[in-house]
Amino acid sequence: MSAVKDIFQSVKDLWSLFVGLKVTGKYFLQPTVTVHYPRQTVDPEVEQTFGGHVELVPKPKNPAKPKCIGCMMCVTNCPSGCLTVVKAKAPKPTPEEEQAMKEAEARGEEVKKPKAPKEPAKFLYDYSLCSLCGTCIENCPVGSLQYSHNIYFVGTSRKDFKLDLLKRLERQAENAAKASGTAPKAETAEAASKEA
Amino acid sequence: MSIHPQLLHLIIALVITLAWVGINALVLVYLERKVAGFIQRRPGPFEAGPHGIIQALFDGVKLMCKQLLMPSGADPILYWMAPILSMLPVMLLFLVLPYGPTLTGMQVDLGVLLILAFAGFNVLALLLAGWASNNKYGLLGAGRAVAQSVAYEIPLLLSVLAIAFMTGSLDFVAITDGQGPWPWQWNLVYQPLAFIIFIISAVGETNRAPFDLPEAESELTAGFHTEYSGMGFGLFFLAEYGYMVVVSSVAAVLFLGGFQGPFGSDGWWWFIPKVYAIVLFIMWIRWTYPRVTFVQLLNINWKWLLPLATLNLLGTAFFMKVF
Ligand code: SF4
Ligand code: SF4
Repeated sequence: MSAVKDIFQSVKDLWSLFVGLKVTGKYFLQPTVTVHYPRQTVDPEVEQTFGGHVELVPKPKNPAKPKCIGCMMCVTNCPSGCLTVVKAKAPKPTPEEEQAMKEAEARGEEVKKPKAPKEPAKFLYDYSLCSLCGTCIENCPVGSLQYSHNIYFVGTSRKDFKLDLLKRLERQAENAAKASGTAPKAETAEAASKEA
Repeated sequence: MSIHPQLLHLIIALVITLAWVGINALVLVYLERKVAGFIQRRPGPFEAGPHGIIQALFDGVKLMCKQLLMPSGADPILYWMAPILSMLPVMLLFLVLPYGPTLTGMQVDLGVLLILAFAGFNVLALLLAGWASNNKYGLLGAGRAVAQSVAYEIPLLLSVLAIAFMTGSLDFVAITDGQGPWPWQWNLVYQPLAFIIFIISAVGETNRAPFDLPEAESELTAGFHTEYSGMGFGLFFLAEYGYMVVVSSVAAVLFLGGFQGPFGSDGWWWFIPKVYAIVLFIMWIRWTYPRVTFVQLLNINWKWLLPLATLNLLGTAFFMKVF
């Protein structure tokens, strides 16, 4: 009995093959959905859906500085080891200040040493190693990282994919200032390549 | 000393066949990429020439310019013999196909048998290639190729035999003449099951998706031709496309009335479109179905195709005897 059932089931399954052929046959006749890249580029809205390399989120008030507090959570959590963050050092006291501090110490007062600022001095990123897993983005306590929409990112050597994200942010802020706020994000291929 | 006219005829046929095989390969490479592109809703080759027409030619030139390498420890004679052995029988197979009432390279009474016999050569070539490569993936691919080709040859043969029973001949021209010019006079109408079995087995025989297990890139890193570079690989590639045209031609002759056309307009202008329609259908299959696993592949063959083909053959024999 089950053998007969099996045969019926197989014949039914066979039908799914024709459904598949119908689907691809229909697609064959429909217009293409890709663009011929160098001559055409994708629409800006489509570009916004692209999750490219990791980039820094600027402070709301100062677009040239990232929100980053240099906590190193992203570096610790990155499985590919492609992020390098160097914390900013405390500013070195000038000789006069040092003298004043020593004197104050001698007097038995509590000395207030200058603290290191809460920002990164260097933020390097190697896109060629990144697996775009998003772990760094999820683990950043202040939301200082995001995927960029840099869709036209090409290079001729591996070096092209080692990015200095701080410099990149500054450049972006400059470009945005030059365009006087009309085009804060790169929307054309040329701007994107300049930006990267 | 004068050349025997039949020898002259054969030489001319051979030269034309060579050109025809080459042109076919170029057209098919281009066609396959275009079909793949359209099914995936992208344009396919586009840059070289208008709509990428000469892309296939460039691909060929690139393939020919590449260095030929042989892995150390490989058997040099067998290693280089394999691609040639894979390509050579293809010419012979093209030679016996009837393109038109008078346009046949070599008309033989046992054309069908000749094709089936020499198509088996490809299996030997694949086995040699895998064996001589001194590479375990190559050897595994070769083993699979043999298991697959041997398995699918049987239902293929049985379905062809059903047609041979109906016509009472193994001659391609006789089989063509046994059918009429109109679609309802074709063998396809009388033998639909045989046609389906033939097409499925043909896809299996030519190692094309969804039955391209001998070169399963996902498991074997490329199968029997893992070690071949440049034209060594190119010849296997050419042979594969050659066999594809051959099986499509045989299908056109056996089931679609061959070169016959309505109102006595017989000729290659009917034959070639029929062949290419089948080729397109096989490509369509390739870009629709995912690859099967090896167990499924053998199960389909031994559990379904073989019993069905046997039943079909017995049924045909019964009807031929009774009516
Ligand atoms: S996306 Fe993943 S791999 Fe890339 S930098 Fe972030 S954590 Fe590292
Ligand atoms: S980007 Fe975020 S996680 Fe990384 S160091 Fe800065 S604040 Fe910390």
